[in-house]
Amino acid sequence: MSHVLVVVEATDGSIPKPTQELLTLASRIGSPAVVVFGSNGQKAAEAAGAFGAEKAFLVEDATAEEYLVVPQAEAIAQIAKTLTDDGGLAAILFTASSDGREIAARVAVKIDAGLLTDAVDVRAGDNGGVVAVQNVFAASFVVEATVTHGPAIVVVKPNAVAPEPKAVTPVVENVTVAFSDLAKSAKITGRTERASTGRPELADAAIVVSGGRGLGSADGFQLIEGLADQLGAAVGASRAAVDAGWYSHANQVGQTGKTVSPQLYFAIGISGAIQHRAGMQTAKTVVAINKDEEAPIFELADYGIVGDLNAVVPQLQAEITKRKS
Amino acid sequence: MLKIVALIKYTPELLGDRRFAADNTVDRDAVEGRLSELDEYAAEQALKVAESVDEAEITYLTMGPDGATDALRKALSMGGDKGVHINDAALHGSDALATSLVLAKAVEKLGFDLVICGMASTDGSMGVIPAMVAERLSVPQVSYAASLAVAGTTVTIERETDAATSTIEGQLPALVSVTDRTGEARYPSFKGIMAARKKPVDVWTLADLEIDPATVGLPAAYSAVTTITPRPPRQAGVIVKDGGEGGIALAEFLSVQKFI
Ligand SMILES: Cc1cc2nc3c(=O)[nH]c(=O)nc-3n(C[C@H](O)[C@H](O)[C@H](O)COP(=O)(O)OP(=O)(O)OC[C@H]3O[C@@H](n4cnc5c(N)ncnc54)[C@H](O)[C@@H]3O)c2cc1C
Ligand SMILES: Nc1ncnc2c1ncn2[C@@H]1O[C@H](COP(=O)(O)O)[C@@H](O)[C@H]1O
Repeated sequence: MSHVLVVVEATDGSIPKPTQELLTLASRIGSPAVVVFGSNGQKAAEAAGAFGAEKAFLVEDATAEEYLVVPQAEAIAQIAKTLTDDGGLAAILFTASSDGREIAARVAVKIDAGLLTDAVDVRAGDNGGVVAVQNVFAASFVVEATVTHGPAIVVVKPNAVAPEPKAVTPVVENVTVAFSDLAKSAKITGRTERASTGRPELADAAIVVSGGRGLGSADGFQLIEGLADQLGAAVGASRAAVDAGWYSHANQVGQTGKTVSPQLYFAIGISGAIQHRAGMQTAKTVVAINKDEEAPIFELADYGIVGDLNAVVPQLQAEITKRKS
Repeated sequence: MLKIVALIKYTPELLGDRRFAADNTVDRDAVEGRLSELDEYAAEQALKVAESVDEAEITYLTMGPDGATDALRKALSMGGDKGVHINDAALHGSDALATSLVLAKAVEKLGFDLVICGMASTDGSMGVIPAMVAERLSVPQVSYAASLAVAGTTVTIERETDAATSTIEGQLPALVSVTDRTGEARYPSFKGIMAARKKPVDVWTLADLEIDPATVGLPAAYSAVTTITPRPPRQAGVIVKDGGEGGIALAEFLSVQKFI
């Protein structure tokens, strides 16, 4: 069976949920292998084994942590060659982060292979190839595409599949890469990790409560956080709210923020511009609260309230508390 | 003199009824095109960098159909010196690999110190062309800039990603891509619009770039769209006017839907 290489981005020895999802997809196409960067590779290899990884390639050289994107691309191109010579390589799967997308782009050029991005599902095709499912044009179409040259390089969105544990002991191999000078040309001179809020991650939360300019101020987001915490939800924000400095860019939903696909999405004080809808259009159920009945968000809403959020949200919270007790 | 090349794309208007053509490519005639909103940030940053150094020259480069000249004129009305439009029938249906090959060849032909791209195009929105072009040019890739500064031969950016904010540094010649966090693009002035009409725009074909037409376009693409299905329109929802009990009604809806 051909190999499917999954790229692990975390360097702390963990296999984050989106990577578990990639391993589950990889198992459906071929024999999963992982490549791990950094000094916690052994731990990560074991964690990947819990989701079916049969091989693990460890790249411990710190170059990959000190320079942007290119070192990973060079290492992956080298490993791709090893796997191609050893029974064949069907696909290389990446998570849809900025790094994942850019490493994939470079690998595609290096190994001369087709690239598909933002897949929401991946499966084996009828004639040996790999089929990726994508949402396009602000999710107004669903498209299926295949790669016709080289291993399929696929960048996959979070939540494509539910991770399925499958215990395997991976064969571990240490990889040495002779990095080029180019690999050391974009230096990471500083890094501030995003602080955890304790709330669910936006990209894989079942419920997202988002606020927009209608909140009027940064303080307005207390209302959003309060409701989110009652529901165990993640907090989202429109770009207008982020640009105003009311909430972090990490929480922005939309074209230039995150795409979310939760069971339930609240748009509170958000008009529903096309760039915002691009990031939440595929939510199962949409609730909108807006005082303007003409707001485009109501076109998407399963349940919409035309009213003042400062009255509706506190009343909703009180009612939820009442029903819970 | 700092030679800047800004890569800008002509993309279908977002609010238009975007569609696919019979050959499964984006139907570029169905909807009016424009300078991609996200590439306005690239044009703006090119101007900002040029203003921050003694002497600079900005060339806007686009690959696209006839209408793509409009994108160049729009950028030129903001400022900058000249435009280059790569237009060749054989390019229709090119994938990212071919597009990056053509853009890289054209950038090489122009000569450059700094290439500035947007973070993603608003139609395909793959966000991969900057990394691919940098790979082909063998220059540092300093990408997803939320802010950008050039000092001497060093370009420094803040890269904002999911996990962290990083500072990235590279030496010119280099390629950067910029996000919509870099600051709104200026509005072209009347004078700028008039001046743009007189600025040179060259049209190049594949022959000018010495690229074999058989290596680009739909037949040479390494990926193929096999099926296209419009997403069913959402069922009309319930919209109620808050008469004082809106929050309670909403709680009832959430309860019926088993969310609470
Ligand atoms: C290149 C580009 C990329 C973009 N990317 C994104 C993106 O990723 N995400 C994104 O969200 N946007 C994005 N935008 C911006 C987008 O076009 C809109 O400007 C933005 O989404 C508007 O945010 P908003 O709905 O919060 O604000 P507004 O459009 O101002 O809407 C505020 C709403 O609040 C309502 N309101 C006000 N007060 C109350 C009240 N007391 N009670 C109830 N309702 C109230 C108003 O009726 C109004 O509908 C992008 C734009 C561009 C050009
Ligand atoms: N046809 C094109 N002409 C000029 N620039 C392009 C073209 N396609 C992509 N780009 C540049 O590459 C960036 C990312 O595009 P993409 O990878 O298609 O999302 C854009 O913001 C542009 O700066």
